[in-house]
Amino acid sequence: MTPAIQIQQVYKRFGPVQALAGIDLEVAPGEFFGLLGPNGAGKTTVINILAGMARADSGSVRVLGHDVVRSYRDSRRALGVVPQELVFDPFFSVRETLRIQSGYFGLRRNDDWIDEIMHHLDLTGKADANMRSLSGGMKRRVLVAQALVHKPPVIVLDEPTAGVDVELRQGLWEFVRSLNQKGHTIILTTHYLEEAEALCARIAMLKQGRVVALDTTSNLINRRDNLYLKLRLSAAELPPALAARVRGSRNGTHTLRLRSYAEVEGVLAQVREAGAQIEELEVLYPDLEDVFVQIMKEAKG
Amino acid sequence: MSGFGTLLYKELLRFWKVAFQTIAAPVLMTLLYLLIFSHVMQGRAPVYGTVPYAAFLVPGLVMMAVLQNAFANASSSLIQSKVTGNIIFVLLPPLSYWDFFAAYVLASVVRAMAVGIGVLLVSLAFVGLSFAHPLWIFAFAFAGSAILGTLGLVAGIWAEKFDQVAAFQSFLIMPLTFLSGVFYSIHSLPPFWQKLSQFNPFFYMIDGFRYGFFGVSDINPALSLLIAFVSLAVCTAAGLALLKSGYKLRY
Repeated sequence: MTPAIQIQQVYKRFGPVQALAGIDLEVAPGEFFGLLGPNGAGKTTVINILAGMARADSGSVRVLGHDVVRSYRDSRRALGVVPQELVFDPFFSVRETLRIQSGYFGLRRNDDWIDEIMHHLDLTGKADANMRSLSGGMKRRVLVAQALVHKPPVIVLDEPTAGVDVELRQGLWEFVRSLNQKGHTIILTTHYLEEAEALCARIAMLKQGRVVALDTTSNLINRRDNLYLKLRLSAAELPPALAARVRGSRNGTHTLRLRSYAEVEGVLAQVREAGAQIEELEVLYPDLEDVFVQIMKEAKG
Repeated sequence: MSGFGTLLYKELLRFWKVAFQTIAAPVLMTLLYLLIFSHVMQGRAPVYGTVPYAAFLVPGLVMMAVLQNAFANASSSLIQSKVTGNIIFVLLPPLSYWDFFAAYVLASVVRAMAVGIGVLLVSLAFVGLSFAHPLWIFAFAFAGSAILGTLGLVAGIWAEKFDQVAAFQSFLIMPLTFLSGVFYSIHSLPPFWQKLSQFNPFFYMIDGFRYGFFGVSDINPALSLLIAFVSLAVCTAAGLALLKSGYKLRY
């Protein structure tokens, strides 16, 4: 099957900065894929090259098999991009903006679909409002609508929820999820790791222009310590036998690292032997944020 | 509608929505030139022996407005889109660089013609004019506005800030138009300045345009038209090459 996105050995330099240092990625059709990394890791550069907004120094990039340089018309038709910056054209209303955007893709009679997207994004009431008069959240919705006018099979969202309120964020994710269920491939970049964890089935982590982790979200989370035990004891000191397990201590509460539930019993036994009493106990599971922080620390970039 | 058609429509709608500023204002400004200069120069000997100065002035002013507005349209549209970031709306779709080029330049031609016709119509209320060769009038107006639209496109692509476009306009376009024979026949100039004027491509556009009205000119209009279209071809090649390379638009 033709991959939705195929990125092979892509290098890109901006002056002295090596923005991308040999990226390889493949995203299958229908995936919900996350692209994570700190600022400056190269996420937006990857997206810009996909969209034809930037050109790779070397390597090849394809969208549904169409090379983004040689067959740029086909690759751009296959791609819908929601940009990171909150941009708009102050000369036009919401409906004009969407009609014009359709026209750029050669779609003349697109009003039914435009109405449907506006409905899903709660924009119907603002259809004839000038772009200038919209709030930031509304402008963000129009950007999403603009990316969808040509029903692209592959949708890229570059930090679409930055500075967006909770209600819109949830509405947006519900909509994007439904698009994914209808078969659209979704590529998402975000700084909200909970969001990535909840939505993305597979994740690539970038650091300084390289892919430093690439796996399914569940494998990424499970490949580390399996769980944490948060303990508060009557004694201020932790039994020395447990010292090796300590991940962190704050205000008399200690977080211990465990491989599995089977180790819980041993830990409790050691607490009992030391004559201490448990005042509080909680089992915690590592989340994507823990994994992210750890991978970014380990990766040399 | 094709991508090209939509981009052209969008560019036309853009200046039409602010027509007071993009059409009415330049028409008024040009009329002020006409009123002041024709008053000050009253009693001056007719140009070419037969053309009253005020009548001589009108085609020059029309062409100057055409050239300046063609430049302003493409350059201001592009720099605004670049500064505000909404240029991505035209970079993401499958528009070819030909579509892009033709839409911006044609929209500039249309705005320039609208201003030119506006100036001409209002001038007719004050000054009697002949229209000796209407096709030549049109040919020079088209070539001139297309050249300046293309230069505006190039300036808009090159510039990163508004003041850079303004500098292009003030230090290149304005001197070239003012010194191209808008207000005088170059035969009234000292020999050195006559020679220098012949290196100004804008001179041929205005001189040929004027020929369309009066049937007389400083230079053979066929030569002027040739020079205008060669200039257009050179500018077009440069604009297309920039767009194809992605210069300052696709990094």
